Amino acid sequence: MTEPTNQRLMSNRSNSRNPTRRTVLAGTAAAVAQVTLGGGATAQPKPGPLATKDSLARLPDSLGASLPRRNGRLLVRGVARFAAEHTYPRMIYGALVYSTIPRGTIHNIVTTAAESSPGVVRVMTHKNAPRMAPPESFFGTRTGMAGSALPVMQDGEVYWNGQPVAVILAETQEQADYAATLVEVSYDIADAVTSFDEAADAAVPADYAGKALRYVAGNAEPALADAAVSVDLAFSTPRHNHNQIEPHAVTVAWQDGRLRMHDCTQSVAMSAVTIAKVFGLKRSDVHLTAESVGGGFGGKTLWQYHILAAAASRLVNRPVRMTLTREGVFRVCGGRAPTRQRVALGANRDGRLTAMIHTGTTVKIAQNVMTEPLIDASRHMYRSDTMHLDVRVGTMDMLANTFMRAPGSAVGTVPLETALDELAEKLGMDPIELRIRNEPDVDPTTGKAYSQRALVAAYREGARRFGWQPRSGQRLGRREGEWLVGTGMAAAYYPYKRFPGSAARITFGRDGRALIALPGHEGGMGMETATAAIAADLLGLNQSNVQVRYGDSTLPGSIIAAASQQTAAIGASLAAAGAALVVELANLVPRGSALHGQPAKALMISEGSLSLIANPSRRIAITDLLEWSGRTSVSAEGRAAPPTEVATWSMHSTGAVFLEVRVNAVTGELRISRVTGVYDCGRILNPKLAASQFRGGIIMSLGMAMMENTHFDERSGRIMNPSFAQYYVPSHLDVPEIDVAWTGVPDPRAPNGARGIGEIGMNGASAAVANAVYDATGKRIRDLPITLDKLL
Amino acid sequence: MTPLAYAKADSEQNAIAQVGNGPAKYLGAGTNLVDLMREGVETPNRLVDVTGLSHVIEPTVSDGLLIGAAASNAAVAEDATVRTRYPALSRAILSGASAQIRNMATVGGNILQRTRCAYFLDIEGARCNKRRPGQGCDAYEGFNRGHGILGVSPACIATHPSDMCVALAAYDAVVHLVGPEGKRRVPLVDIHRLPGDTPHVETVLRPGELIIAVELPATSAAVRSTYRKVRDRASYAFALVSIAAALDVADGRIANIRIALGGVAPKPWRAHQAEAAMIGGLPERATFVAGAEAALTGATTRPNNAFKIELARRLIVAVLTDLAGATR
Repeated sequence: MTEPTNQRLMSNRSNSRNPTRRTVLAGTAAAVAQVTLGGGATAQPKPGPLATKDSLARLPDSLGASLPRRNGRLLVRGVARFAAEHTYPRMIYGALVYSTIPRGTIHNIVTTAAESSPGVVRVMTHKNAPRMAPPESFFGTRTGMAGSALPVMQDGEVYWNGQPVAVILAETQEQADYAATLVEVSYDIADAVTSFDEAADAAVPADYAGKALRYVAGNAEPALADAAVSVDLAFSTPRHNHNQIEPHAVTVAWQDGRLRMHDCTQSVAMSAVTIAKVFGLKRSDVHLTAESVGGGFGGKTLWQYHILAAAASRLVNRPVRMTLTREGVFRVCGGRAPTRQRVALGANRDGRLTAMIHTGTTVKIAQNVMTEPLIDASRHMYRSDTMHLDVRVGTMDMLANTFMRAPGSAVGTVPLETALDELAEKLGMDPIELRIRNEPDVDPTTGKAYSQRALVAAYREGARRFGWQPRSGQRLGRREGEWLVGTGMAAAYYPYKRFPGSAARITFGRDGRALIALPGHEGGMGMETATAAIAADLLGLNQSNVQVRYGDSTLPGSIIAAASQQTAAIGASLAAAGAALVVELANLVPRGSALHGQPAKALMISEGSLSLIANPSRRIAITDLLEWSGRTSVSAEGRAAPPTEVATWSMHSTGAVFLEVRVNAVTGELRISRVTGVYDCGRILNPKLAASQFRGGIIMSLGMAMMENTHFDERSGRIMNPSFAQYYVPSHLDVPEIDVAWTGVPDPRAPNGARGIGEIGMNGASAAVANAVYDATGKRIRDLPITLDKLL
Repeated sequence: MTPLAYAKADSEQNAIAQVGNGPAKYLGAGTNLVDLMREGVETPNRLVDVTGLSHVIEPTVSDGLLIGAAASNAAVAEDATVRTRYPALSRAILSGASAQIRNMATVGGNILQRTRCAYFLDIEGARCNKRRPGQGCDAYEGFNRGHGILGVSPACIATHPSDMCVALAAYDAVVHLVGPEGKRRVPLVDIHRLPGDTPHVETVLRPGELIIAVELPATSAAVRSTYRKVRDRASYAFALVSIAAALDVADGRIANIRIALGGVAPKPWRAHQAEAAMIGGLPERATFVAGAEAALTGATTRPNNAFKIELARRLIVAVLTDLAGATR
C-alpha cells in the first residue's frame, strides 16, 4: 500500500501557543481551511483563545508526529504476553460445558465420566461452586464491568442457550476439552422469549447511561404529514458478535487469599473492583493485569468465564488458565443487539427539515443495562423544526447483548443517513447540500454550543478527495461490463466522552527519564505510544526518555478503553499529574536559587526544567533539583479534573464518508472499490496510528453493511454460526485501499485538543454503502446486511 | 484428550490393513476431518495418514491426466497441464478455502469433505439426520440460505461444499478406489449419493475403501471451459452457487457442452438435462436460457434459499455466453 495521500492534512503543526481557530485552520489544514472559510456556512462557536486557564485545553507542539507503535516489535515477534500466556507452577486448564436450552433448570448433571477421565482434577457445577455474589454490570453500578448481573453458577437456573453449566479442570487443555464432552446434562425446560417479535411486543421505554432514549420537540407527526417533501422508511439491523483476534482468556492464581488475575480486559481497574465484590474481597486483594489486549471493541469486559476460572481456582487451590474457543466467545461474550427502526423526514422545498422522526425497537436481557442508544446521531447531527426520537427495548432470554464499537450510533446512523439520501433524491438536491442546509448552529437537542465542529469542511474536503459528482435527484451510476458502479456518501458521528476517575503518576528520575504509570490499556490502538507522546510534550522530554507502565489494577485511578475516551482520560490525568509534579518540584527548590520562594502556581514544567511561567528563562533543570536534594527521583500523582467540559459544551466528532461500489448485474455480488473518509475529531495526536484506527473502523463498517450477521436461531435461542468460517467479516479481498484524512482542528475543550477516534470509523461507511448501492442499482436495501440475494 | 491412535501408511495395502473395520478414518491433511473431530462430529478411534501415498500428477496413456489422491489442492491448481487443458479445475480450486488450506488439503480429502451445514456441525445444540439418522433436520426450518435446491430431500438439504469436485464433474473425472476387495473405478459424479431417507450414507465407498487417484479423460483443445463462483464475500466463503462449464462449438452449433453446479446440491451436480437441451443448438442466449431452465427443473427451495434458482439460471447463461464469445 502506498503512503496515504493525506499528509497535507495530517501535518498538524501550529507554532502558535494561542491560536484562534482561524489561524489553526490556516496553519494546519490548508485544504480544509480554504473550503471552510470560503463556505462560511459552518456553525462554530465564536473563535476565541484556545489556551485557557483550563489545563485540559493545553495544545502542545510536539504532538502530531507519526511515531510507530511502541509495542509493535513485541507483537510481530510474538513476545508480547497476552492473558493466556502467563504460566504458574501447578497451573491447570479449564474448559466449559455450555447449556443447550434457552431457559429452564438443570434437572440432572452427570459428571462421573468426566471426573474419571485422564488428567481431570475437578468438575465444578452449581452443586459445588463457591458462593459468590452476582457481578455488577456495566452501567448497572458506577464501577460495574460485567456483561450482565446474572448470578454465576449458583443454582441450576439456565438463562440462555450457551450458558456455562460446568467447568472442567484438568492437567492439560486437551484433557479438559475432552472431559467436557463427557458431561451429561438434562434440563427441565421453561418457556423462553427467543423471538424478537415477541420481545418487541412487550417493549418499554429505554434509557442509556441513565439518560432516557427519548427526545420530543414540537409535533413531528403532523409536521411530517404537512411537509412539502417527505420520506418514511423502515429499517432493520441484525445481531453482531464480537470477534477480536484474541479470543477471551484469563489466567488466575490465588495467593494467600489474594486473587492474581491476568486478563484481556478493557479496564483493569473496573474488572478488579467488580471481581473483588463477587468474591467479597477488598479491591486491594485483587491484582489484575492486562499488558496486551488483542482487541477490545467493547467486548473485553467481565464475563462469566472470568468468575468461573477464579471460582474453580479457589475450589481446587491451584492456578487456572481458561481460554475460550472461538465458539466459546460466541456462547459466553455478548455482541450487538438487533434493531428495527423507522426514520421519517419531512422538509421544505429548500431542504430545511421540518420533521425528524427516528424511532426504534431493540432487545436486551433483564439483567443488563444496555439498550442500543440508536438515536445518538439523530440527537446531535441535524437541525429540524420538530423532532421525535424514541427507543423502546424488549427483553429476551439470550446471551447478554453488549457494547460493540460505536454502540447505538453504528446501527442508528444507517437509517438516518440513508433517509437523508432518499430525501435529497426526492428534493432533487445533492445529498451534501441537503446536509449543509441542515447543519445546526448549536446542538439541536441541548442548545449548547459545539466545542468545535468542522463537518462542513469535512464534507467539502471529502468530496474533493473522492471526486464527488454533485447530483440533483438523478442516479449517476454507470455500467462497466457486468458491473454496475455507483457512488454514495454519508455523514459519520460519534460523541466525545471522558469518564471520571482517571489518574496518573509521573516519576521523574535523576537520569532525566520519566516513568508514567496509569491503568490504561493497549488493545491495539497505540495507547502506550500516545501516552508517551503526551507525557513527553508535557515534560519537555524527548519521547524516547519516557517510559509507560499500564494495564495494571494497582496503578492509580480507573481508566477504561471504551467510548473512544481513553486518550482524553489519559490526557486529563497527565495534566493533573504534571500539575502535582510542579508542587513536588517546588518543594525541592533550594534557597538562593532562581526560583526560590515562588509558589507552585507560578511555576511550570518545560523542556525538562522547572521554570517561572511569567519568565521562562528563569529555570532549573529537574535533574539538578534532584541532585541538589539528594534524591534519585521525584514522583507525583494526579487525578483528572471532573469532565465538566461536556456539561458546558456539545462535544462530538463528525465525519464524511464517500464510497464507490460495484454490484454485479448478473449475480448481485457487491464489492467496494473506493473509500474516502474525512473526520473531524479535534487534534490528531499521531497520524500513523490514527489512520489505522479510522481504516479499521471503516473496514468493520463495511463488514456491517455487507456481511456481518449472527445467526440466532429463534426456535432455540442458539447462535448457529459461532466460528470465523461461518460468521463473515471482511476478507482482505473485500477491502480496497482506504483514503482517510481529517480536519485536524483542535477541540479547545478536550485534553490536548483531541476528542478520540476509536469508534467514528464504524459510523458512516455502512450508510454510504447503502446509498452507493442505490446509485449503482436503483435498489434501496434497508435491511442489513446487503447480501447479493437482495440485489438480484 | 480424545483417545486416538495414529499411523502413517506407507502403501495402499498397508493403509487398508490399518484401517480395518473399526471406527477408523483415512487422514489426508485433516483440513476438514480434524475440524469435525474437534466439534465431536467425527469420532474415529484411529487415523491412518495417507498423505504419503501417491501425489503424482502425470499423463495417462489415453492422453488424460492422473492425479494422485495425496496431491495437494495447490499442486493441482498450479500444474501446467491442468492450467492449460483443465482451466476450470485450476480456477475452482483457487476459488476455495485459503492459500494455507489449499497447500495442505489433498485431492482425496477434498472429495470426501463433508457439508458445512451449521446444524450438522453443532452436535450438542441441534438435530441432524446426517449425524443421527431419524433425529430430524433443524436446517429445514432454520438457517438454510446456503442449502441445496437440487437432489435434496426433506430429511436433508445440505450441500456438498467442494469447488474442486464441481470442475471434476464437468470434466468427467473418474475416481480410482482400492479396498479390501480390490480396485475399481467410479465416475466422480457417482461417488456421492443423494440423501433420500438415508442422508448419513454420503458416498458409494465401501468399508475400508480408499481413494487413490482421480483420472481426467483427454479433452479436446477446442473445448473452452471455466469456473465461476458466487459467494457472500470475495474470498474464503463457500459457494452460494458455482458453475463449471465447458463448451465446444463446431460448424456454428454446440457440439459438446458440460455444466456442473456447486453450492446447490448434496453432490457436485452435473446438469445432464441442461446439456441435452442445448447440444446441437446455436451458441446463443436463447439456447442458454433454455438450458438454464432445464438445469433448474425439479428444484425445491426453502424460503431462505429460493434466490438460488434465479442466481443459478443467471450464472449458467452468463458463463455460457462468455464461453461462446471466447469460442468464436
